[in-house]
Amino acid sequence: MGSDLMTNLMPVSAEIFLLVMVCAILVADQLIKQSGRLFTYMLVQLTLLGCSLITVGTHEPGVAYVFNGMVVDDLMSDILKLLTYLSVSMMLVYTRQYLTDRGLFTGEFMALTLFATMGMMVMISANHFLTLYLGLELLSLALYAIVALQRDSAVATEAAMKYFILGALASGLLLYGMSMLYGATGSLHLQAVSQAIASGAADQNLLVFGLVFVVAGLAFKLGAVPFHMWVPDVYHGAPTAMTMLIGSAPKLAAFAFVSRILVEGLQPLMQHWSGMLIILAIGSMALGNITAIAQTNIKRMFAYSTIAHMGFLLLGFISGSIEGYGSSMFYAVVYVLMSLGAFGMIMLLSREGFESDKLDDFKGLNQRSPWLAFMMLLLMFSMAGVPPTVGFYAKFMVLNAVVQAGYIWLAVAAVMFSLIGAFYYLRIVKLMYFDAPETHAPIVVGSDTSLLMTVNGLGVLALGLLPGTLMSVCSVAVQQSLLIGH
Amino acid sequence: MIFGFPVISVAIWLPIIFGILVLATGDDKNAPLARMIALVGSVLGFLVTIPLYTGFMLDTAEMQFVERHQWIPRFNIEYFLGVDGISVLFILLTAFFTPLVVVAGWKVIEKRVAQYMASFLIMSGIMIGVFAALDAILFYVFWEAMLIPMFLIIGVWGGANRVYAAVKFFLYTLLGSLLMLVALIYLYNQSGGSFSILDFHQTLIPMSAQILIFIAFFFAFAVKVPMFPVHTWLPDAHVEAPTGGSVVLAAIMLKVGAYGFLRFSMPIAPDASHELAGVMIALSLIAVVYIGLVALTQTDMKKLVAYSSISHMGFVTLGFFIFNAYGMEGALLQMISHGFVSGALFLCIGVLYDRMHSRNIADYGGVVNTMPVFAAFFMLFAMANSGLPGTSGFVGEFIVILGAVKANFWYAFAAASTLIFGAAYTLWMYKRVIFGAVANSHVAELTDLTWREIAIFTVLAITVLGMGLYPLPFSEIMHTSVNEFLVHVARSKLPM
Repeated sequence: MGSDLMTNLMPVSAEIFLLVMVCAILVADQLIKQSGRLFTYMLVQLTLLGCSLITVGTHEPGVAYVFNGMVVDDLMSDILKLLTYLSVSMMLVYTRQYLTDRGLFTGEFMALTLFATMGMMVMISANHFLTLYLGLELLSLALYAIVALQRDSAVATEAAMKYFILGALASGLLLYGMSMLYGATGSLHLQAVSQAIASGAADQNLLVFGLVFVVAGLAFKLGAVPFHMWVPDVYHGAPTAMTMLIGSAPKLAAFAFVSRILVEGLQPLMQHWSGMLIILAIGSMALGNITAIAQTNIKRMFAYSTIAHMGFLLLGFISGSIEGYGSSMFYAVVYVLMSLGAFGMIMLLSREGFESDKLDDFKGLNQRSPWLAFMMLLLMFSMAGVPPTVGFYAKFMVLNAVVQAGYIWLAVAAVMFSLIGAFYYLRIVKLMYFDAPETHAPIVVGSDTSLLMTVNGLGVLALGLLPGTLMSVCSVAVQQSLLIGH
Repeated sequence: MIFGFPVISVAIWLPIIFGILVLATGDDKNAPLARMIALVGSVLGFLVTIPLYTGFMLDTAEMQFVERHQWIPRFNIEYFLGVDGISVLFILLTAFFTPLVVVAGWKVIEKRVAQYMASFLIMSGIMIGVFAALDAILFYVFWEAMLIPMFLIIGVWGGANRVYAAVKFFLYTLLGSLLMLVALIYLYNQSGGSFSILDFHQTLIPMSAQILIFIAFFFAFAVKVPMFPVHTWLPDAHVEAPTGGSVVLAAIMLKVGAYGFLRFSMPIAPDASHELAGVMIALSLIAVVYIGLVALTQTDMKKLVAYSSISHMGFVTLGFFIFNAYGMEGALLQMISHGFVSGALFLCIGVLYDRMHSRNIADYGGVVNTMPVFAAFFMLFAMANSGLPGTSGFVGEFIVILGAVKANFWYAFAAASTLIFGAAYTLWMYKRVIFGAVANSHVAELTDLTWREIAIFTVLAITVLGMGLYPLPFSEIMHTSVNEFLVHVARSKLPM
């Protein structure tokens, strides 16, 4: 019995460690004065480091189902978790100064961030509709609170309210869809659901009806058109640090979420969901890219750009092949890296009492700080998908999967929308390099953030010159994890 | 490779590394150092390409100096470089122009010198990569990467309307490139999982797909050439670019598009190329005749030479699509010659612009009185642009016209009209700018060429005359490859 418990607990030991540490941090933080908050910060970073060590240390080849199949431990989950720790940790480094300047560098922020991280970990490892839902709610509730953390800001409160209401609606849709799938198949286990559908015993109408709700719920969470309305308001309204948290690591969890539900659970319904995803993807790429052009606020612009990127990410799923899922994973990883850099840059240029969130705030950056401008140039060209940056390979892999699946027209449509997208990324480069600066206020950057920004920007370039390893990692992870379920 | 020495890789990466070194010199306090490093880097960059010419074997159409390594095993993408008789001269041309551009910008560029010099060095390496890449994705990476420095060059150091021109240039080119990317991915799946361009050449493709592939490539390459009707970005970009940018655009970047037709469109989709040859010839002739007439009406010198470039590049695409040895070789010679001549003309206009800050023909007149040496050089290049026998401009045009006569008399007739229009617009501009009485006090104050400018023009003048009087060193190197190429494109690639 004891060893049975141990085999169950081993794969979730990182989650358990994280939970213990969050509780400890919450208590310890009460005893710390604001001036000593750096201690809490270091503790959080150490917790993330500890989680990484545990995840690496408990890694076992193959796929392990624990807790009666509620949780799965496979290569994909381990890799995604490691990347999640990394991006949360990067997020914390980027945001430290920004939050300190605004009096938001508090224990609550860090505890909530860790709770959100745990939600993502649960989502990544879920193998059961309920676990998936639990993870999603844990993540979402933590994020709602984080967005509302700046209590005296009306915009942030409004954003939190919108996020909460629409998020709750999406959760409701998702849950409703799951209940229908449960009704049709009699199970909540992803593999059991998949088998029940494949056997043909389940009521097809009910299945498709449930599927529609599930896909709608997913689209809400991803921010795909036509369920995207919350994205611009939340990205714009939340303090930039919170926007960065929403726009980075959760995308990895979202990828895991979509692939667990649609691929592991509902693969037999692929002909139905791939059609829906095509519409979502095209709508997202079109609306995201076109609307982004009209924005003057850079956070809002990135919100629309996120919508477009999520459309591209969904394209990878449409092919229904392992290559396609691998390409989506690669896209998610690359997107998170670029998004961290871009929001990091906004925060780097902000200072006390000044939000650098207008497009015009980037004017003449090349004259104020050539190095930062060059990093932003790399990030922007990467987002636009121009080689030799890694963003190109993300698009390339997805397009390859789409063409392989025979949807050449879809690939052509996708590149045309990328062309439109290139315009507004290019505009940032234009503002930085071609225009004169509006202010000559010196840019004060801590050595930790400037080092991280350098690593981030050059990382985009280095991964673009040698993308092979990351590509293989994503492909192998998806191959070993998603195939074995069938 | 010769004796295990990766010549092409060095030719690509040496200028790029020097470019990064130049960037490292930082702001304009260290401008003299940046200039020196840039000059050393560009001269070394040219010297290392010379083995490509001296070591080139004339009797084979196979790829030479091949370097082939795994790059992205997941998709079987390779770091695969090599040259044949078609591409080798363009690599030399690219490396040849970089030191000239560096010297031409020596004094004129005063703000952000390091970034300016670095952009050109890095771009030079990337363009050599475009000509040497034999893996489609490697090609695509170089192809797109080329846009970034050019975008900055036009946008940062360009004229009044530079931002519009830079963005237009970038988006126009990106449109074509992205369609090409889809075509490349399709070919990858058709060829059984290889991105090697040489494998693409052997892949059988049905007619309908060939046509679509041809159209996708057409957008990518025709925009770059540029062919009528997608040429409209060129006058804007040229006019707004700084002198060095115009030179690189005209001398090399336009050749990249034409080169793409030879490396991709025609050998990969030969049946579609034959099918659509009529359209291509028509577009080429429109460019030659109509754009030639447009050039006649220009009041801005740079615009005039830009339109003249489009017209001359029409000759090149005409030569390709009449599918005979004369046309092909003539077109290649024309590309090389146009590189020298248009580069030289833009440098001439740059010389005037640096002194007068005007490109308007009407602002000049009687320049010969104050700048006699300059007038002599300008004369030579203007003559070459109009295709005077004895200059390089004559060789290519003449051979293309010979080839066109073989294909269809009327093609040749229309093409030959350029000998008249070309002479008309170039010499008329020359007359208005150089001859006559001294037009105004600004012209009266002009100073003649400095030794630096004389050095640049002497090198170019020798090349233009040399190629015009003795073109054999240029034509013999491409001979075997061109014949092999024509055999290849004559073979149908439709699946049985």
